[in-house]
Amino acid sequence: MRDFISERAQVIPPSGIRKFFDLVLTMQDVISLGVGEPDYSTPWNICESSIYSIEQGMTSYTSNKGLQSLREALSRYLAGHYRLTYNSEDEIVITSGVSEALDISIRAIVNPGDEVLIAQPSYVSYAPCVTLAGGVPVPVECTEQENFKLDPEALQDKINDKTKALIINFPNNPTGGVMRTGDLEPIAEIVADNDLLLISDEVYAELTYEGQHVAAATVGDLYERTITLNGFSKAYAMTGWRVGYVCAPKPLCEAALKIHQYVMLCAPVMGQVAALEAIRSAEDDKNRMVDEYRLRRNMFVAGLNRIGLPCHVPEGAFYAFPSVKGTGLSDVDFAEGLLKERRVAVVPGSVFGVGGEDHLRCAYAVSRKNLSEALSRMEAFISGL
Amino acid sequence: MDEKDLEILRILEENGRIPSEEIATMTTLSKDDVAGRIHALEDARVIRKYTAIVNWEKAGNGEVSAIIELKVSPERDFGYDRIAERLSRFSQVRTVRLITGTYDLQLLVTGRNMQEVSRFVSEHVAPMDRIRETATHIIMKPYKENGNILFEQPEAERLPYSF
Repeated sequence: MRDFISERAQVIPPSGIRKFFDLVLTMQDVISLGVGEPDYSTPWNICESSIYSIEQGMTSYTSNKGLQSLREALSRYLAGHYRLTYNSEDEIVITSGVSEALDISIRAIVNPGDEVLIAQPSYVSYAPCVTLAGGVPVPVECTEQENFKLDPEALQDKINDKTKALIINFPNNPTGGVMRTGDLEPIAEIVADNDLLLISDEVYAELTYEGQHVAAATVGDLYERTITLNGFSKAYAMTGWRVGYVCAPKPLCEAALKIHQYVMLCAPVMGQVAALEAIRSAEDDKNRMVDEYRLRRNMFVAGLNRIGLPCHVPEGAFYAFPSVKGTGLSDVDFAEGLLKERRVAVVPGSVFGVGGEDHLRCAYAVSRKNLSEALSRMEAFISGL
Repeated sequence: MDEKDLEILRILEENGRIPSEEIATMTTLSKDDVAGRIHALEDARVIRKYTAIVNWEKAGNGEVSAIIELKVSPERDFGYDRIAERLSRFSQVRTVRLITGTYDLQLLVTGRNMQEVSRFVSEHVAPMDRIRETATHIIMKPYKENGNILFEQPEAERLPYSF
């Protein structure tokens, strides 16, 4: 029999933490800081409106682009919160989470052989999505010395005539790094000078703890060459609803929409109804959660530094990214030992690409009680080394 | 009263027993600053008291609570204040509120059993001057008190690892 698996499916790597997954399932009483989602359940008013819509029989397909009411609400929301002007008719597509938004955006712009730069450490899907689209992912390292911001020189170094696009994600998963206007301006210049396209995944935008989130498309001349990705999962504790969106100038958005209509048709209508309610009425719930994450961040990061895991203060998202260099262990060995000996699950930083090695991603979207217990266990693990 | 004070109040409202060291790290203030601010908030009577929210049904002391609604004729010069303050002095009365709607005052009254509550209402509350009408609602089962859900909720299953 032939080998039926495509070359592209063969070359993308399996999950970097399969062995941790297998291990944790055999264990009891594990505190997991390995999650990429809020510990909250979705605010009840959001759930309630979706339940009601199901009772009313709203269970069919929606327009490919998504519910018009949701796109209109989103268009106003983006203008009001981020000064992003996308019209609801042909510049916004509602997707099944940012994951799909990312995939269709990349497929809309990448030709075989195109190089796509990825600011790393980064979310694990960017590179495989580029590969699956026939492109070549090229990492650009964001270093701890620069507070995990994207450095213009490092970016410039990686650009050649095959370079097509740049993918960034700020506030960043896994580092919690953010880019302010002044940080984005030189990047905007480089992107424009080299005629690149920018894909900016801003799913953690609402989780910015000091000052306001700056949408990349509002900086310099980026608007016309930026695809903005965002979604409801993180800010509104709605990971399971699978609702995200692509925003871009009309020609780019239409290309993404074509792919979306063939591969997804539309995002689930229950999720879209929930997302609309989130925009309409969950601002206070969201702010309460963000306030609580800020307190947990302050407590957890201070704790990490105290027990000997140096950690910069993440200004966004809900991850701390401490260094384990001083312990003499690699990030993978540290994470494995910590899980086996002290039953705390964290993700080794090297899973997130270049710049992630020797670090751990610890989600602090976990109750304060579990965070302090995790800190004690981590301290005990370190003192036993 | 600034943003940090409000932050401290929110933390304390959620957990009145939290050590001030923890409040200090969470709010990025010094421990002394936190202690000083809490003192000031106590002195200003913004913080009234530190108490526990008890699920008495679970504790099994068998107490009975009732919401009593009252129609009251307000007094010249005093409105509802004097009668509301008078009612507040009874130890059986846990809460007194002036409300809009059909009734004027709403009380929460507790007693050892139903007889005790109804005796209290009929002997002490109903006969008071200016009270025109009472309606007594026995509380059968509390589900949420002061923002705290009292019934057991299954813990949502989350993946141990996700990206």
